Amino acid sequence: MKNQFDTILLGHGSGGKLSHDLISELFAKHFDNDILRQQSDSAIIENPGNQLAFTTDSFVVDPIFFPGGDIGKLAIAGTVNDLAVSGAIPEYLSVGFIIEEGFGFKDLERIVITMADEAKKAGVKIVTGDTKVVDRGKCDKVFINSSGIGILDKKDTHIISGSRIKVGDQIIINGSIGDHGMAVMAARNELNITADISSDCACLHKMIGSAMEASSQIKFMRDATRGGLGTVIAELAKGKDFGIHIHEDQLIVNDGVRGICELLGFDPIYVANEGKVVMVVAAEDAQHVMKALKKHETGKNAAIIGEITGDHKGKAWLETQVGGKRIIEMLSGQQLPRIC
Amino acid sequence: MKYIDEYRDKEIVLMLAEEIKKASTKPIRLMEVCGGHTMSIQKYGIPYLLPKTVELISGPGCPVCVTSRSYIDRAVAYSRLEDVIITTYGDLIRVPGSTSSLDKEKAKGADIRIVYSILDALMIAKENRHKKIVFLGIGFETTAPSSAAGIIKAQMAGISNFYVYSAHKVMPPAMETLIDEGVLIDGYIGPGHVSTITGDGIYMNIPEKFGLGVVISGFEPVDLMQSILMLVKQFENNDPKVEIEYTRAVKPEGNIKAQEMLDEVFEYRDDWWRGLGVLKNSGLKIREKYAMYDAEEQIEVEVEELKEPKGCICGDILRGVNKPKDCKLFGTVCTPSNPVGSCMVSSEGSCAAYYLYNR
Repeated sequence: MKNQFDTILLGHGSGGKLSHDLISELFAKHFDNDILRQQSDSAIIENPGNQLAFTTDSFVVDPIFFPGGDIGKLAIAGTVNDLAVSGAIPEYLSVGFIIEEGFGFKDLERIVITMADEAKKAGVKIVTGDTKVVDRGKCDKVFINSSGIGILDKKDTHIISGSRIKVGDQIIINGSIGDHGMAVMAARNELNITADISSDCACLHKMIGSAMEASSQIKFMRDATRGGLGTVIAELAKGKDFGIHIHEDQLIVNDGVRGICELLGFDPIYVANEGKVVMVVAAEDAQHVMKALKKHETGKNAAIIGEITGDHKGKAWLETQVGGKRIIEMLSGQQLPRIC
Repeated sequence: MKYIDEYRDKEIVLMLAEEIKKASTKPIRLMEVCGGHTMSIQKYGIPYLLPKTVELISGPGCPVCVTSRSYIDRAVAYSRLEDVIITTYGDLIRVPGSTSSLDKEKAKGADIRIVYSILDALMIAKENRHKKIVFLGIGFETTAPSSAAGIIKAQMAGISNFYVYSAHKVMPPAMETLIDEGVLIDGYIGPGHVSTITGDGIYMNIPEKFGLGVVISGFEPVDLMQSILMLVKQFENNDPKVEIEYTRAVKPEGNIKAQEMLDEVFEYRDDWWRGLGVLKNSGLKIREKYAMYDAEEQIEVEVEELKEPKGCICGDILRGVNKPKDCKLFGTVCTPSNPVGSCMVSSEGSCAAYYLYNR
């Protein structure tokens, strides 16, 4: 955009001329669509007469640019995925920016363009938004909040609760674990590590859509973000009338991720992902779902990693790569600060 | 990944499990001294692979866990001084002191920075000449040489605003005290990293004086299974001795250069261990000639009165008398997000390891 400023000023959040220019020349320009174009206080959207899924998420990752993505891509993918794993088709997003005074215009523009591209590729519309600028030091560069609405078919409302899970169901994940968390960790210069790791940050709804077309027996989905695969599995088992058995030798951990995990003492099953979904699928449909996932770039390394069992009720067990066994607990505390 | 995958080979691990089963006829209690071993044993689910005759108990080898509350209290007091920047390894900042902790002080605005090496702390000292940089020197023979190197480097570079607050400790006195106190152990899985520095000589007293075997072990599952097998065989044949399983890293004479550096900067002093009390010649104090880098000598501060938490049995757990599950606070009041005792804080602490992997 043509702008007279290299950096964001407090005035860009004042609601006056500068705000107006920022919105029309940056946000509205890149996010453009029929609903946003109305520039009203609320976006008015058609009610399709189905159930709606509604989600919100805030993004404060540090650093804001990292191999494989940036805070903007994360915001779009994170919100889209939260809808998709609920079984919904993502349709509309809101984006709210909190920007630190003095933040570079070029960086903001770069983030906005990524978001616009990602939304376009995903086929979702950014229909409303907001910008605030805060004093230097009151936030770290830029924080983004994003909410999303998706349309949920009544036959899929059970997915979110996992109420139809049965003993014998298979557990599938669409690829390697730990990439996002370690990519962000390596991108911070604190460690002086150069590692060939890229975040897996990606919208998964198209891949999930294919899987749902291939099988009506997908009984549960959850994106394995903060807390990693381990936390999703532990949460799923907790208080339930079934147990979960995971095979460590079926998990894919890329070499760079493994290297940093070894170095820092992290367990990859607790490291964050931003493009991984854990699915519980009826055994007879597992191969259909695998086939559907593998057709997509985001699912080409999909693997069956475990199953629902009748023993160890309420608990998740990991058969370790050396044949030992241990419990998978939820991650408590943090392995890493501000990864999303 | 080369040099790692070989030591996580399922077939070898299962073969060793079979051999241990065959060799072990009478009950044996082995203590893994090192917190890194505890973590590895739990992470790979090793106990599940052992026959009923072999019991593993965790020892006092997690540096954060054996550190006294009064050490934390003094570090907290330093952090409250206007002109001080605290630099520390990450583990320490959540350890509770009597009424506060370093992360609570950080939230209140104290300048506390997590570093991955003492060299980062030296860099901070260079960049902040008008401040006093206090490095919290914690750990056994493994990390103490790097503190020594940091002090020598500070002297060479003429950095005068850098101080080490030493809680460094040495391992053998604790291993001997445990046996002396009557803790039931039939052998030690000896610390791997400590021994890379010290060599195997420091453990000779244990078979000679106490009749117990020590096998210095690596940290991978094959290492641990192999070490357990070696200890079981020693025990069954009544032939206690010091052996090195971790031969790819540990030489009998150790790392002579690191030993010299340690000796140059530090001298022994009696030191207090959580759970064990004061042990003779078990701590490392900075020598007189480097006193200008000794925080305890150079920075005066008022430290609050020591308060110990009620019900916490970290001491008994560190002595191997009790297991984490025996503690009433374990998993209820005391969790990794709200640790009461230090064993729940460090990822190497036995309570944290049990909480994560074996609850």
